[in-house]
Amino acid sequence: MMPRLPIIVFALVMAAIPFIPGVPPFWIVLLDNIGLSALVAMGLVLLTGVGGLTSFGQAAFCGFGAYTTAVLTTAYGVSPWLTLPLSLLVSGIAAVLLGLVTVRLSGHYLPLGTLAWGLGLFYLFSKLEFLGRNDGISGIPPLSIGSLRMIDPGTIYFAIWIAVLLCALLTLNLLDSRTGRAIRALRRGHVAAEAFGVQTPRAKLLVFIYAAVLAGLSGWFYAHFQRATNPTPFGVQTGIEYLFIAVVGGAGYVWGGVLGAAIVVILKELLQSYLPYLFHGEGQLETIVFGILLVTLLQIAPTGVWPSLTVWLPFRPKRKRPDTSLVLPARIRPAITPDVLLQIDHARKQFGGVIAVNDVSFDVQAREIVALIGPNGAGKSTTFNLITGVLAPSGGTISVLGKKVGHAAPQQIVKLGIARTFQHVKLVPDMTVLENVAIGAHLRGHAGAIASMFRLDRADEAKLLAEATRQIERVGLGDQIDQLAGSLSLGQQRIVEIARALCVDPMLLLLDEPAAGLRHMEKQQLAALLRQLRDGGMSVLLVEHDMGFVMDLADRIVVLDFGTKIAEGTPQAIKTNPEVIKAYLGAVA
Amino acid sequence: MNAGGNTLLSVSSAHIAYGKVEAVRSVSLDVATGEIVTIIGANGAGKTTLLNAIMGILPLKGGVTFANQDMARLDIEDRVAAGLSLVPEHRELFGSMNVEDNLQLGAFRITKAVAAQSLERVYTLFPRLKERHKQLAGTLSGGEQQMLAMGRALMGAPKLLMLDEPSLGLAPIIVADIFRIIGELRASGVSVLLVEQNAQAALQIADRAYVMELGEFILNGPAKDIAANTRVAASYLGFTHEGASVI
Amino acid sequence: MNTTIMLFLLQDGITNGAIYALLGLALVLVFAVTRVILIPQGEFVTYGALTYATLSSGQVPGTARLALAMGIVAFGLDLFAGRRALHAKLIARALAIDIVLPAAVLALTIWLAGHHSPIGVNIALSLVIVAAIGLFLYRIAFQPIAHASVLVLLIAAVGCHLALQGFGLVFFGAEGQRGPTVSDSAFIVGPLRFTGQSIAVYAITLALIAGLWMFFGFTRMGKALRATAVNRLGARLVGIRTALSGQIAFLLASVIGAVSGILIVPITTLYYDTGFLIGLKGFVAAIIGGLVSYPLTAIAALLVGAVEAFSSFYASNFKEVIVFTLILPVLVLRSLAAPAVEEEKD
Repeated sequence: MMPRLPIIVFALVMAAIPFIPGVPPFWIVLLDNIGLSALVAMGLVLLTGVGGLTSFGQAAFCGFGAYTTAVLTTAYGVSPWLTLPLSLLVSGIAAVLLGLVTVRLSGHYLPLGTLAWGLGLFYLFSKLEFLGRNDGISGIPPLSIGSLRMIDPGTIYFAIWIAVLLCALLTLNLLDSRTGRAIRALRRGHVAAEAFGVQTPRAKLLVFIYAAVLAGLSGWFYAHFQRATNPTPFGVQTGIEYLFIAVVGGAGYVWGGVLGAAIVVILKELLQSYLPYLFHGEGQLETIVFGILLVTLLQIAPTGVWPSLTVWLPFRPKRKRPDTSLVLPARIRPAITPDVLLQIDHARKQFGGVIAVNDVSFDVQAREIVALIGPNGAGKSTTFNLITGVLAPSGGTISVLGKKVGHAAPQQIVKLGIARTFQHVKLVPDMTVLENVAIGAHLRGHAGAIASMFRLDRADEAKLLAEATRQIERVGLGDQIDQLAGSLSLGQQRIVEIARALCVDPMLLLLDEPAAGLRHMEKQQLAALLRQLRDGGMSVLLVEHDMGFVMDLADRIVVLDFGTKIAEGTPQAIKTNPEVIKAYLGAVA
Repeated sequence: MNAGGNTLLSVSSAHIAYGKVEAVRSVSLDVATGEIVTIIGANGAGKTTLLNAIMGILPLKGGVTFANQDMARLDIEDRVAAGLSLVPEHRELFGSMNVEDNLQLGAFRITKAVAAQSLERVYTLFPRLKERHKQLAGTLSGGEQQMLAMGRALMGAPKLLMLDEPSLGLAPIIVADIFRIIGELRASGVSVLLVEQNAQAALQIADRAYVMELGEFILNGPAKDIAANTRVAASYLGFTHEGASVI
Repeated sequence: MNTTIMLFLLQDGITNGAIYALLGLALVLVFAVTRVILIPQGEFVTYGALTYATLSSGQVPGTARLALAMGIVAFGLDLFAGRRALHAKLIARALAIDIVLPAAVLALTIWLAGHHSPIGVNIALSLVIVAAIGLFLYRIAFQPIAHASVLVLLIAAVGCHLALQGFGLVFFGAEGQRGPTVSDSAFIVGPLRFTGQSIAVYAITLALIAGLWMFFGFTRMGKALRATAVNRLGARLVGIRTALSGQIAFLLASVIGAVSGILIVPITTLYYDTGFLIGLKGFVAAIIGGLVSYPLTAIAALLVGAVEAFSSFYASNFKEVIVFTLILPVLVLRSLAAPAVEEEKD
């Protein structure tokens, strides 16, 4: 839940400012500029701070918004209010086209890609005849409602700030939802999110478009505020400045974007107006001081100003305990007619010259706990990745309930009722335990981004959170439900991953080293939980190094060594198997 | 408290915090020259945190003295120069460089002549590494990587080697090998501070042991006594002794 | 297409490409070791070029003063960072590098002002001045936030770029400058005329690349730098100071930038802000090389130079559009070729 009161107070203060007697008109201009930058920065917060996609190119989307309305209003006499949807649409379409290429880029290629098209578009704006080349377009009509023409900064002020507040609310709503959780999970890599059915390329494209539309809106306002456009404010330098605004404010926080805009715009203004007095008008001093201040600020507050500020705020948003009486309908599951749930037949995976999994075959039956053991590098995690669709097998077949799933994507595998945990915990550390676990129920909810923005998703959302709460209580972490996942011990984080997997309502649970980091007592509790799940009809395939735990729990054990299956059988048979002793257990077992 | 010899490492009332969460509270520990000391406890108890803080990777409140030198103000690099060495849980090898380069870099702080001797010694201790000296570290098996990490640490001729979970993810059969080599290290005069989840193996080899739970030492003493303790046996070794001592 | 024109464009492209290659290599080096995307690389180019041009015209370049000023700040930071364990050796070392060196250089430039000092001296002084600025830049701006995220480091780099570009305007003015050539000789092969300067560009580029290759492949410090790039914590655990690695990386990058600047300033007129665009093109090459591969970066740089030369001939208006959009398909290909399983990192 977001605190309503501070937002209302903020809105009232902003509404009152122009009416305070003696406020210099120049302050209003500054506030207009802050609002314009805040709109772009807010999009960047979502894109970069939350989604982890760094973009240098946001200014170019402002350009699309501004030039669309500039051309239509000056050359074709279209009313500014009609060009608003068109400006947003053009920015959005540009974002789709650029985004389709950009979101496919991985790692550092992505920001660099945005730098490239950002530069390219700037030069395009400044070379195209119908956009007025370097001179741009002037004589853009002001916004007007009836006879009220928003020519002076004081009137457009209201339009700008209403837009800022509305966009902030919509963005906050979006973040606090099923789609929002998917977006927030992006920054931690795509594997975990995809394992629970999140279409990560689509989620990335969504934030990309969202940020671009906000930038387009800012550009549209800019055109009617300045009543002229030229390429300069849409270049990469400005794009970098927007990024800077978001980082200074606090890249992960919507209000950080607004705060950052205020800091940067005011700072630049102060430098431009006062430095010449101090230093008798020597050239570009403000850029020098601005650059130095920027570096200094980052050294003092590397995570941005907003988070350092909120530490001092008295109110602390408190989330209501979800109502666990709400029930999420169980996943529709096929009757398990054959006893074999999962069949792996001569599965093979080759990385270059290295064979990680070499013709491995085994199966998992209904209501069975199977353990996969072997030294690190034996191919256990690779086998998991083959089953869950993270990697495509180089050969052999994997079938679930008799159906081949050869090259299915992780999102399709989870739909079949196979849920997993990871050897290296993949939770979002700055999300609460509840929010992390709720990602597991992603496919069991239906509300989309638009519904979330307008809070039409609450019934759906309440059920998801109720289910997540139930699973958290089931694994015994009810007391930690509102803590940030990153603040738990590694052992507890592994248990959170199990709760998240249980939210899928799976028929097969794949656990990668679930007992690592647990004490003996906790291991016994985990074993009891897994037995209870099995007796309830679930199957478990687990990788584990703790032989005591495995021998005690598993119905069947499969031993891998150097990618090859060297033995399979009951714990008793494995313990005494000479080959297993030679390759893995050693004499001590 | 020492089994004998001079105190090499002494940690007194150490507190280590991640932000506001205290991961380690009021912990004191010492290691004498020529000793193997182990810290056992579940993952998340704070063992890795403690080792990292002794090494200077994490800030620590309290005192750390090593070889009669106050470590508190020194960076990681200075602690390495003082003869303290850590083989971290994730080994932190230079994956895209070959075995020999990794080892040579281990001797970054010492002269070339001494480094040559070190290399000789490491290859005798780990003949496997000599066989693979041109192979890239990232392509070694888990056991070989652990050997390389230990070898790299030994290249700097440390006085104290701190090992964080050397058995993690290794086949039990390789674990036995690693523990044999740790025993040999003591014979060659290197002291060892060993953090292990595999309490059984650790207690067999160590002279003394500390038991850590939720960021505090709840027990310490000669390894034999610790192994015989019922509480330890029940929570870490997974079995109960007949007639074992009660805390 | 006319063969002569084609050969001429190709020659032009290779000359520029060689410079982009140097800058691309420096960017890769700095990014690998420090994770900083070195936006101010372009300023090293301008500073090198214009310092050399200013010295050649018998004046004292402002950069010499800047180096001393930055050295004083760096000295303060060194003392502050080491305040709890100050000893004479540390203070002496900091004093020598941070203050005595730039002060001596400044004194020398003042003493030389008005004379016609030999080209070699001017080049050497320019290199030392820019190298000191590069070193201090890391010490002041990046070393205190060495552990911050790539994004924060990048924004800090932008800040440095703005400040240095501003200083550039103060020191060198808005007018463009040219510097004297290293060699005035020229010879003709078929339709092409090779000037001594362009030969110098090729030779020095090759020499620098070979030098870097030997440094990283065979020396202890070079290997230590690579180790820092591969695994920072691992490097610290064997006693390699990542701060030192970072300083050396910046030192190398600034020297490379300055050399590039000195090489091109006799050929093209440079303004205080030209460096940024030149740096960006080196950047394009570095991106195509994936920010990791030195040979790929060098080849990509030649390609960028050639594309630029040809597009400026055929569609000069859209030259920059073409150069910068060129990398999009390359990036897509690189992303597709990247391994599906992400590495375990934040």
